[in-house]
Amino acid sequence: MIHSLFLINHTGDIFLEKHWKSVVSRSVCDYFFEAQEKAGEADNVPPVIPTPHHYLVSTHRDRIFFVAVIQSEVPPLFVIEFLHRVAETLQDYFGECTEAAIKDNVVIVYELLEEMLDNGFPLATESNILKELIKPPTILRSVVNTITGSSNVGDQLPTGQLSNIPWRRAGVKYTNNEAYFDVTEEIDAIIDKSEIQGVIDACIKLTGMPDLTLSFMNPRLLDDVSFHPCVRFKRWESERVLSFIPPDGNFRLMSYHVSSQNLVAIPVYIKHNISFRESGSTGRFDVTIGPKQTMGKTVESVLMIIHMPKGVLNMTLTAAQGTYTFDPVTKMLIWDIGKITLPKLPTLRGVISLQSTAPKPEENPTISVQFRIQQLAVSGLKVNRLDMYGERYKPFKGVKYVTKAGKFQVRT
Amino acid sequence: HDDLKEMLDSNKDSLKLEAMKRIVAMIARGKNTSELFPAVVKNVACKNIEVKKLVYVYLVRYAEEQQDLALLSISTFQRGLKDPNQLIRASALRVLSSIRVTIIVPIMMLAIKEAASDMSPYVRKTAAHAIPKLYSLDQDQKDQLIEVIEKLLADKTTLVAGSVVMAFEEVCPERIDLIHKNYRKLCNLLIDVEEWGQVVIINMLTRYARTQFLNPNHNESLLEENPDKTFYGSDDEESKQEEMDTALLPKRKPYVMDPDHRLLLRNTKPLLQSRNAAVVMAVAQLYFHLAPKAEGMFEPHLKSFYIRSTDPTQIKVLKLEVMTNLASETNISIILREFQTYIKSQDKDFVAGTIQAIGRCATNIDEVRDTCLNGLVQLLSNRDELVMAESVVVIKKLLQMQPSQHSDIIRHMAKLIDNIMVPMARASILWLIGEYCEHVPKIAPDVLRKMAKSFTNEEDIVKLQIINLAAKLYLTNSKQTKLLTQYVLNLAKYDQNYDIRDRARFIRQLIVPTEKSGVLSKYAKKLFLAQKPAPVLESSFKDRDHFQLGSLSHLLNSKAGGYQELPDWPNSAPDPAVRNVEVSEWTKPSGREKRKEKVEKPFYSDSEGESEPTESADSESPTASESESMSEIESASDSRSDKESDEETKSDNEKNKKKARKEKSKKRDESEDSGQSEGEEKTVKKRKGKEESSSASSSSSSTSEESSSENSSSESEEDSESDTEKKSRKKSSTAKPSPRALEAKQKEISLLDLDDFSSSPTFQTSPSPNTSSKSLNLDLQGLTLTDTTVPSEVVSPSLGAVKTYELLHRITGEGLSVEYCFNRRPFSPDHTMVSVQMQFTNNSETELKNLRIGEPKLQAGMRMQGFKDIAILQPGQVAADTLGIDFYQLLNPSAGKLMGMNEIKEKLTLPEQFRSDQAIVQRVMSIANLGRVPCGLDNEYRFAARTVSGGALVLVTLVTKDGGMAQLTINCEKMVIGTMLVKDIMQALTQ
Repeated sequence: MIHSLFLINHTGDIFLEKHWKSVVSRSVCDYFFEAQEKAGEADNVPPVIPTPHHYLVSTHRDRIFFVAVIQSEVPPLFVIEFLHRVAETLQDYFGECTEAAIKDNVVIVYELLEEMLDNGFPLATESNILKELIKPPTILRSVVNTITGSSNVGDQLPTGQLSNIPWRRAGVKYTNNEAYFDVTEEIDAIIDKSEIQGVIDACIKLTGMPDLTLSFMNPRLLDDVSFHPCVRFKRWESERVLSFIPPDGNFRLMSYHVSSQNLVAIPVYIKHNISFRESGSTGRFDVTIGPKQTMGKTVESVLMIIHMPKGVLNMTLTAAQGTYTFDPVTKMLIWDIGKITLPKLPTLRGVISLQSTAPKPEENPTISVQFRIQQLAVSGLKVNRLDMYGERYKPFKGVKYVTKAGKFQVRT
Repeated sequence: HDDLKEMLDSNKDSLKLEAMKRIVAMIARGKNTSELFPAVVKNVACKNIEVKKLVYVYLVRYAEEQQDLALLSISTFQRGLKDPNQLIRASALRVLSSIRVTIIVPIMMLAIKEAASDMSPYVRKTAAHAIPKLYSLDQDQKDQLIEVIEKLLADKTTLVAGSVVMAFEEVCPERIDLIHKNYRKLCNLLIDVEEWGQVVIINMLTRYARTQFLNPNHNESLLEENPDKTFYGSDDEESKQEEMDTALLPKRKPYVMDPDHRLLLRNTKPLLQSRNAAVVMAVAQLYFHLAPKAEGMFEPHLKSFYIRSTDPTQIKVLKLEVMTNLASETNISIILREFQTYIKSQDKDFVAGTIQAIGRCATNIDEVRDTCLNGLVQLLSNRDELVMAESVVVIKKLLQMQPSQHSDIIRHMAKLIDNIMVPMARASILWLIGEYCEHVPKIAPDVLRKMAKSFTNEEDIVKLQIINLAAKLYLTNSKQTKLLTQYVLNLAKYDQNYDIRDRARFIRQLIVPTEKSGVLSKYAKKLFLAQKPAPVLESSFKDRDHFQLGSLSHLLNSKAGGYQELPDWPNSAPDPAVRNVEVSEWTKPSGREKRKEKVEKPFYSDSEGESEPTESADSESPTASESESMSEIESASDSRSDKESDEETKSDNEKNKKKARKEKSKKRDESEDSGQSEGEEKTVKKRKGKEESSSASSSSSSTSEESSSENSSSESEEDSESDTEKKSRKKSSTAKPSPRALEAKQKEISLLDLDDFSSSPTFQTSPSPNTSSKSLNLDLQGLTLTDTTVPSEVVSPSLGAVKTYELLHRITGEGLSVEYCFNRRPFSPDHTMVSVQMQFTNNSETELKNLRIGEPKLQAGMRMQGFKDIAILQPGQVAADTLGIDFYQLLNPSAGKLMGMNEIKEKLTLPEQFRSDQAIVQRVMSIANLGRVPCGLDNEYRFAARTVSGGALVLVTLVTKDGGMAQLTINCEKMVIGTMLVKDIMQALTQ
């Protein structure tokens, strides 16, 4: 299975290595660097790179390359999924998955990796179990530990390991019992095709062994769902409710997909006019963005990214709202708009100067848009109620909706 | 590193910890710290657990390099293996097995063997992990390791399943025979196994299924073959063919999917909803390789494959491939419009890929060929040379299909030769002109003239095509091109590339007739200008079909080490009986641990009856368990749920099951404590001589029984929703004397408890009835109805019609066999009891003494009146007696709320043989002890009865209509009984 793991930062520095079997020399990463150079952008690095003796399986997350070394047949997705799980665990432990965080906590990271794989096969990947084995760092604990010399490592087998619900640790106790759900929807759009990818993230801090049932007003909307292992498939199939004994803490309860049949309108529109003159070395640029059908909610954090064609030298624009930057090297135009307040619509217009020698660009650029709308799930999904069984107290419950732009592209 | 050494040698744990942390940080950065080995290894027995862990980390990293020093630590781990804390045992085994030092192989082997029978499943899991480690260290241990794998495969905990299958895959993937016995268990446990284990198990089961089941698409391929044959055959043959086909067809058995095959497909399906992409992929590939093919699954999702400019290159390529494969007459215009956008992309490799995709669409769909061709020709004027070149190559292939119609395109391309510099494109143009020189008779010699001029500067592939063009022109138009050809051949003769020199020599001999040239030159024209078949534009993903989908080898299209070939389907299915689990031995070292084990009831897995289709033969087999605890025969024979046609009932069942399980889990603690003392219904104790029997009775239920208990509980838990009903259901389900029902509430009961002195082999109980467990359950439900309220017309059923069931098989009972039946007679000492007639037969050589009922452990409210002790039973002798049981069915306090009849209606079709009055009456009577009530109509039958214990009334009405149609109505205040009765009567009347 997985032989070794190398963490590589953006400057090509291998800042962590871990081996679960015999040591594989870090020179194997040269093949990765080679592929990386060839690919140009980080995302274009092939996920699996064959080398004479090994295979390198890599993912790119938070500006870190996670490169796993394998030697024989194993489903590539198995490795990729595991690498993501490593990144998520680090995120969970340290609040962020950055090079700095990993370097600061290198011993904990190492202990975690040791527990997560045994001989290259995943052993404990549930966050609740890991946290019982290795306690996450807190300021208080590190102070206490230095004084008392006690350790971060548990000496008992986590209860979850043996139970039929390995994702939940036993003996959970809170004075304030809370259950929060964040419904986040991302709109992926491209010409006439748009789809909604949604996730429900939960933060559950409940005492004991609560058995929760979350029901929706309109569960039929959900098309393609995938669940955290705690969710009972059968209940969903028969009743369309989410019935589960939650893990303790933060976790992703489900992710779903709303198909185009049920599609609600896209909440923004873009008017654009980008043209290059046949003769001469200029072009015109005029883009306007406006809200549409946002149920009265404000569109916030609007950002537009346009990758201009190679021939563009510079752009002289005036933004009616927000600020714009154009990088003549990468040809990236970034327009940070902020909040859209009606009736004033943000526009950006001006002149494009082109290389006089180069021919007119044949391609019109694609506009990528980012935005965020609070308190709105664009699909119309609504949580109906949350019921708790198995415990007597009354928990505090809350649901938050957010709509965001996912891969939202407008072809011009 | 002296400071570190000092710190490690100090007495303070905090200093040691600090030192170890710094060392581990160095290891993480890839620094060499091997010189610290002696200082570190000393701390292996350190009390501080974190220091210890970090030392382990260090040890595993460097042990291979410092073998001698590493041996110093071994004794610590050996001690750790005996620790009472399971985490310490497991981690000791983990580290011990991770030290890659060959000398300790025997120690490892011993440790693994021991850990494989550890009472902690976590330690057993660690043992499974250790197996591949040892195997990679010393392959000679294979045979011994296989034994351990075999043992662990039989483990029933989900924790172990994934790890041991992984070990199986690495050590002995060819030993498919080890899987047989565990196949159904693995299928049923699958949903509760951790996600990584799921991936491994699913992939292994895919391979397994390919060796054991028949191709579900076999019938289809038969159908497809036929039109093919007739398509090529002439009319006469056609009719013959048909005759032959019809003659052949009856011989082929119609394909019926093996229930085990279906089980696998069904149990993996919910995993498609896993959050883990690897699991989803594993299920998808399983369906791809094992399920009946479905057409047109992806067409509706075409737009999901539209390419975004920000997609990574490899995703773009795959999406293009998918869209090309989905292209059909109906959607081609949409796809081509989408492709047009891609051609403008800045990513030129992607554009080239798009052009190839257009070419493939054009070859696959005739209607759009011209459109595509014209589009591609327009691309010839593209400024980007790569785009242009790719278009030329694709156009060349398209033109080969219908060259005559497109001489203008060929002419256009001939002009391009001046501009295009990409060698592949130039070569393609030259080949086109040569091949179709008769379409462009004027231009061709001129092109050759130009090429002759630039010959020396061309790339090799272009040179070869120039020679080719020259040869073809020489053959068709030698007048104009003779000299040019000779000039080109002369240039080629002295080329640096030997291929070109060879080609030139060969062609000269072939086309220029000399004395020496043989017969071949006569055929030169035929050789060069033969009609050539048009190339098929194939996907670059085409040739990797033979790899298992989703595997590394499939992705790279080359076999990776350790890849297991996916075998072809067998022509005839191997014996499915190999998967029958005859005996499940369940030997556990201590009672306490055992109970712990049972608490780990699967969270999701439910093994419905369907999953154990053919285990009725189980009780035939003798068991030989030597340990104190009793092993039990799986009582999973169940012929029921396959026939459960009603989808709704099914899902209700599942729902209820879950609820029931929840309740059960609540009850579990209580029942654990009381499990030993209560709940036993009939305990036949058999004693030999004076030996005292140990009181550690009961406690031998296997998981298979647990699962079957779910069956029965679900059986009885239909339809109702309300709490009260649930309660009553539970009561009634617990009121069944069958262990299957009892275990719905209590897990550790066996029906027959044969206590015996420990030195002699214990007896196996076989509570499973051989055939119709269903009607057993029904009967046991208290449905043996007395006819007291029914008037005298009642047709009382003859005893002969009553089925007998086996309670104890003669082999498992060591010669004693017990059969029982519900004789439908009132139990004389107490009229509220159901009478059960027992028949004891001594099949052994020796006489059996003192047969009596042991301490019955009954549910609250249940009563039983036993038979008199049988003092002696001679060999061959048969004894009979009757016992009465009150199943305490109506003392249910909540029943009051439910008063009033529940009505259940079902439609059914009667088969021919059951349409007569007599047949119907007989069938119904055979199911339950009902009395027939006269009624005025010809086509209506009524039966009525009352339950023995509670006096609940039951009315069964059957109305027959034309053509065998019939409607069955059952009114009963006990919903459970009603539902079960419906089901059974339905079955009796339709089969």
